[in-house]
Amino acid sequence: MDIKLYIALALTLFTIGIIGVLVRRNAIIIFMCVELMLNAVNLLLVAFSKMHALSAAAKASVNYASDAQIFVFFIMVVAAAEVSVGLAIIVMMYRNVHTVDVNFLNRLKN
Amino acid sequence: MNITTLVFILLSVLAVGSAIMMITSKSPVNSVLWLIVVFFSISGHYILMNAQFLAIVNIIVYAGAIMVLFLFVVMLMNLNKETEPVKNYRLQLISVVSGGCLLLIILSAIMKIDTQQLVEMKVGDAGLIKSLGKNLFSNYVLPFEISSVLFLSAMIGAVVIGKKD
Repeated sequence: MDIKLYIALALTLFTIGIIGVLVRRNAIIIFMCVELMLNAVNLLLVAFSKMHALSAAAKASVNYASDAQIFVFFIMVVAAAEVSVGLAIIVMMYRNVHTVDVNFLNRLKN
Repeated sequence: MNITTLVFILLSVLAVGSAIMMITSKSPVNSVLWLIVVFFSISGHYILMNAQFLAIVNIIVYAGAIMVLFLFVVMLMNLNKETEPVKNYRLQLISVVSGGCLLLIILSAIMKIDTQQLVEMKVGDAGLIKSLGKNLFSNYVLPFEISSVLFLSAMIGAVVIGKKD
């Protein structure tokens, strides 16, 4: 399988995430779109690691090929920590303003 | 067309289609469920590339833990179609057009590359738990330990933020 197909797929998912962040006004959906973008990057990292595993440089050592997958593992770790804090922030915001509409969060503007 | 290409196309269409459904569906609960479908299809891609450990971790951590947390919060706040924020259609159009421009430009730049780099499918032990574990606990043991501190601080942060004062 050509790497370009994986780049195209990951890029499409990433762009859908960006469009979702721009279009939706619900804070939880925006947060989910950020998760989608993280997953697109994860997919691309795994594809690059498998591309590297096929090239001649990686034949000497298996470790280099699995480096990218370790990165994906750490991205998942950071995402899990991020979600717990972010959802706590959204719950606190809902408790204060009784909505999850991000348009109401403009108190720092003036 | 062999079976690998077929599965790749099927999973890609599933992933992109459910991602679009996620950002277009009105109800937040439907969005969460569509995102779970996206995560499962991405796990299918991992299995197709023989990254078995990441496929399982993706299902357990993302589709299991994180999305259940999202669903829990959505149901806790009792969000539905009626509570959806009002939309500005002009802003939406501008967002979609600018996002489409980004996709088109990067895609056309990448497709112009002539050299063909292939991805190893279905074989290879780079994604197996044995080589990943060896690499993680020999070369990356310090980041692994630091991530446990990160989890602790995230847990304390979530409790402090969510506490009723």
